[in-house]
Amino acid sequence: MTSLLEVSGVSVSFDGFNAINNLSFEIGPAELRAIIGPNGAGKTTFMDIVTGKTRPDEGHVLWGGMNKSLLKMNESQIAREGVGRKFQRPTVFEDQSVFDNLMMALKKNRAPWSVLFYRQSAADRARVAELAEEIGLSDQLHRKSGELSHGQKQWLEIGMLLAQEPKLLLVDEPAAGMTLAEREHTTDLLKEAAKTRAVVVVEHDMEFVRRLGCKVTVLHEGAVLAEGSIDHVTQNRQVIDVYLGR
Amino acid sequence: MRDSFFAKNPSVLIFLTLLALFTLAVTLLGEAHGTGAISTSFVKTLGKTLCLCLVAIAMDLVWGYTGILSLGHFAFFGLGGYMIGMWLMYARTELIVAESLAQAEIPPTPDEIRDAIATQIFGVVGGSEFPAVWAFAHSLPIQLALVVLVPGALALVFGWLAFRSRVTGVYLSILTQAMTLALALYLFQNDSGLRGNNGLSGLQNIPGAGDIPQSIISIRFFWASAAALAAGYLLAAFMVSGKFGSVIRGIRDDEARVRFLGYSVEGYKLFVFTLTAVIAGVAGALYYPQAGIINPAEVAPIASIYLAVWVAIGGRGRLYGAVIGAALVSLLSTWFTGGQAPALPLGFYTVDWVDWWQVLLGLGFVLVTLFAPSGIGGLFDLVAGRRHPDRHGADLGPDKGSFREREAEQ
Repeated sequence: MTSLLEVSGVSVSFDGFNAINNLSFEIGPAELRAIIGPNGAGKTTFMDIVTGKTRPDEGHVLWGGMNKSLLKMNESQIAREGVGRKFQRPTVFEDQSVFDNLMMALKKNRAPWSVLFYRQSAADRARVAELAEEIGLSDQLHRKSGELSHGQKQWLEIGMLLAQEPKLLLVDEPAAGMTLAEREHTTDLLKEAAKTRAVVVVEHDMEFVRRLGCKVTVLHEGAVLAEGSIDHVTQNRQVIDVYLGR
Repeated sequence: MRDSFFAKNPSVLIFLTLLALFTLAVTLLGEAHGTGAISTSFVKTLGKTLCLCLVAIAMDLVWGYTGILSLGHFAFFGLGGYMIGMWLMYARTELIVAESLAQAEIPPTPDEIRDAIATQIFGVVGGSEFPAVWAFAHSLPIQLALVVLVPGALALVFGWLAFRSRVTGVYLSILTQAMTLALALYLFQNDSGLRGNNGLSGLQNIPGAGDIPQSIISIRFFWASAAALAAGYLLAAFMVSGKFGSVIRGIRDDEARVRFLGYSVEGYKLFVFTLTAVIAGVAGALYYPQAGIINPAEVAPIASIYLAVWVAIGGRGRLYGAVIGAALVSLLSTWFTGGQAPALPLGFYTVDWVDWWQVLLGLGFVLVTLFAPSGIGGLFDLVAGRRHPDRHGADLGPDKGSFREREAEQ
């Protein structure tokens, strides 16, 4: 199976601190993957590298069947290639309506001129309505997104990611700050999304990861410590030491 | 959602109607076509005010909507003024020189005329030759094109360098101040080719219109300024009403997020910065023929800061707010600094507004910033009953039953 994203031998250090240490990681085109690890394991830095926010000191990040290198692109180019990212805190445009938020994310030409003369088509509106249905915000479309509850904002952000139609979704702690019911809905959304694309979920809540029921990669001190099913990795001696033993 | 542009933006129609009524009223009360209740000099003041409103709209686009606090847009305004000023001065001097040389026994050659014009214009700074920047001053179409091209090119180069390096926030503001200061200092030099601190003068005399009275010229410029303001307002409203507006407001509120959505933030910033510089240049080109004189003090850093103050007082992030702020503050400023405001005797001290106006303006700015962050324009929201969600900076939504704060801090 050819992989969608291949990270190999990547290292990055900040002022002498090795945030990522010879990390290698691979994910297929339609796969759900959870990345867990204690604080400072390099989970967020890993996402920063893939999305172009941080440049690694060495290593390769290859993308798609053509093995394009993501290291030569900037954030917006990588996003247009099909990498979507959800931040830890919900970051939606609070001063704008749910509809506008989704409309902005919809996969369209991103160049200033074409956006300036862009006019909504019926198909676009239907697509936004469909997405709103999926994330359960149909009746909130015309509210300012700043008025939404925390969980709703998280969903809106997931909806915006889906609107981008990315091939790879990077999701940073989607369940943080959610109620139990909200968590279940989020799990369903992610599982559904992973049927057609690759989804990487960074989380350190074991219960949530267990509910996702997917392959798990454990990071520790910037490198992969273990990989496998949740039961496999939670029985790993090293993983137990890292999580509990310190 | 399928309504027309005006139905979606009722404020545009209201604004254009009010502007048309205002123009009509000034015309009917002016000396040229009406009763003469408004003096020609006041018509000029009003025309200049409309130009300031136009540059305030540009400032609102770049600051209020895109979140780039540029403190250098008056540099573009001034450059537009200089570009039109060069032609006005050249063409008028040419007429005068041609008239005086016509008395001579031998008809002058074109070179002689050119030298005579140069001596006339640059005698004041001890020069007698045309500097290279005046190469096109004889041609109105070229200078009109330069009104747009010179500010646009400067903004494009400056913006490209600044945005590409991801200079944002207060650092960008300082950089734009440095730009306008550098331009002012350069223009102050006698050998800059633009007559140093004398600037360009006599711009109110339109070449070839010597027998048309100023009262008519001033009302024509007033109309032109009103038309430019209307066009600028429409353009700005068009830009901010659609998806483009959505994107630039997104850049203002969270630029990293917009980047991860796949929009080239730098490209958008450069686009808005350059376009607003062009608008500022056009506004300047209409302003200075009404003012009659332009000198380097016009592009001093303080001018651009005033521009930001107008927009802040009027209410940034809404176009009519910028217009209200610019009109109100600049007219009040004219009234106070022109010595028309009655002094306030306090017994032990007399408050003379010429000296105290700036204190009053500063106080007003501080009060607006503290108590009415959305400016005077925000009052319209009270009337319309429209309110923004007051959740900026609050990351964690207060939803009952969730334990988000504790969790998010893990």
